[in-house]
Amino acid sequence: MTQRQQTDKAFRIKIKMEKTHHKQEIHITDSLMARINELISHYPADKRKSALLPVLHEVQDAHDNWLSIELQDKVAEILHIKPIEVYEVASFYTMFNRRPVGKYMFEFCQTSPCCLNGVENLMDYTCEKLGVPVGEPTADGLFEVRGVECLGACGYAPMMQLGDFYQEHLTKEKIDQLIDDCKANKITLHDK
Amino acid sequence: MSQKILLDKINVPGIKTYEVYRQNGGYASVEKALKTLTPDEVVEEVKTSGLRGRGGAGFPTGMKWSFIDKKSGKPRHLVCNADESEPGTFKDRFLMEYIPHLLIEGMITSSYALGCNLSYIYIRGEYMWVYKILERALAEARAAGWLGKNILGTGYDLELYVQIGAGAYICGEETALIESLEGKRGNPRIKPPFPAISGLWTNPTVVNNVETIAAVPWIVNNSGADYAKIGIGRSTGTKLISASGHIKNQGVYEIELGLSVYEFMNSDAYLGGMSSDRPLKAFVPGGSSVPVLPANLIYKTAAGEDRLMTYESLSDGGFATGSMLGSGGFIVYNDTACIVRNTWNFSRFYHHESCGQCSPCREGTGWLEKVLHRIENGHGREEDVDLLLSIQSKIEGNTICPLGDAASWPVAAAIRHFRDEFEYHIRFPEKIKNRDHFVAEPFEQVKHLVAKQTI
Repeated sequence: MTQRQQTDKAFRIKIKMEKTHHKQEIHITDSLMARINELISHYPADKRKSALLPVLHEVQDAHDNWLSIELQDKVAEILHIKPIEVYEVASFYTMFNRRPVGKYMFEFCQTSPCCLNGVENLMDYTCEKLGVPVGEPTADGLFEVRGVECLGACGYAPMMQLGDFYQEHLTKEKIDQLIDDCKANKITLHDK
Repeated sequence: MSQKILLDKINVPGIKTYEVYRQNGGYASVEKALKTLTPDEVVEEVKTSGLRGRGGAGFPTGMKWSFIDKKSGKPRHLVCNADESEPGTFKDRFLMEYIPHLLIEGMITSSYALGCNLSYIYIRGEYMWVYKILERALAEARAAGWLGKNILGTGYDLELYVQIGAGAYICGEETALIESLEGKRGNPRIKPPFPAISGLWTNPTVVNNVETIAAVPWIVNNSGADYAKIGIGRSTGTKLISASGHIKNQGVYEIELGLSVYEFMNSDAYLGGMSSDRPLKAFVPGGSSVPVLPANLIYKTAAGEDRLMTYESLSDGGFATGSMLGSGGFIVYNDTACIVRNTWNFSRFYHHESCGQCSPCREGTGWLEKVLHRIENGHGREEDVDLLLSIQSKIEGNTICPLGDAASWPVAAAIRHFRDEFEYHIRFPEKIKNRDHFVAEPFEQVKHLVAKQTI
């Protein structure tokens, strides 16, 4: 390996580390803990692990919609399981984000029935309007566009998920309106 | 109009709430079952009804229930599969969103029949707002005394909770769902043992679809024999169909099984025909996993009989000329839809959703996606069509769960019925580039071009 190649490699690793290692402040509030305990109570006492998926949802919602390694460790501690048991689940399910994401994530369904109704053109339109490619948050961290697989709203296509809710029968005008509403802080993301 | 069993009260204002639901005869099946019937009598009624699993496989529900292990003395569980994620299907969401207490009532009655004291509804993560609707409905039911200890003073105890998933199609497979409910990755288990013997926390477990459970109250209130009178032959009762694609009235419909496909597609009471003047090209009757059918096999079977909305008629002729009722995800395509693009889209879906346990599926779905992607983008090779057939035949039947089959059937069917279109993509790459996601030439023209071309 030449000197040049070695420097390149070191540089690439540095970039990768900067990109993947983000700090997250962890704050498990009393109300969040109460909700977690309620979820744990849904299962027999020796089956706390079963509450993992719902607990990860709650914790993620309370932490800017993503789960750092530290936060996943915290969840493992709460549920009395090994950290790896949380990591393997967080990496399996698509709804858990393991890096910071845009506050308003436009998750477009891109499976066949939505495509028949023109979702691909709408995604292009949204990306162009926000000036970002699919899967990358805007510089202000406010928006992110993603393509996801079937969301079960084929009869109301084209559609997307925004927070806990669906936005259906989308048009360019509706997307413009949604972006404006998000900027004006008029959109409720979570139904708590 | 045909008889409605699940959606008959859907238009009653406020039916979402407990009070209105109860005033309209809600929870009567729980009263009847707990006070006047033994659990085995409820199972018998469901057996008599001929009700079949509405999630896609169509397995007789009563028979599934009778497999549950009662001898071991272990606690038993009923789990409702609300992880609806088959492309083209959105019926369960409709039921849960607009009449959540119907599912809860069905869960209580069915849990009683199976002798379960702890049951769960597993709902997909994306339906987060529906999850909240169900949680609130459960709290209402609990406050009204339908859940908890000693329900209606009969000594029967039941706890029922909803559990939320987090975005994995594979969790619709019953053993993967159980794994997920245990807080693990959704990797399907090897069967046997079947869940009826060893399911959730190794306890005997029955997993049923939302629509199946929602049909139980009517069967208990009336009778299994009455339910069996609706429909034709072994396709008894009603079925929810979620219709999407190039049709006038997209949405969820409850039909009596046995309705003709022609009437369903063209009657104003149902789909109301095509959405534009473009002719019908193809349809998928039961969600993305089932084989696509071309226009000439939609209204008539290969034998020339009317095609009906039943398990048997839709699968008439096997996969050579038939398809499956599946989950009732009805996707209709007009002649602007590109079958290659559609097949690539489905393959991408299955590649994304493969859990990665079995190599034929993990690798094969990726290969299907890649080969279809290059055909679709004008880089196809002459041997690619046969390559696709070879890959799909090596996935099918070689995996733990049916996802491998579900990924390979649509590819095989698309090539079986629309091979010309694949070859057109390969031989005329310049014609399919830079188009607005649709084929530029109508399908008949494609055939003509392919026939003229010699290599």
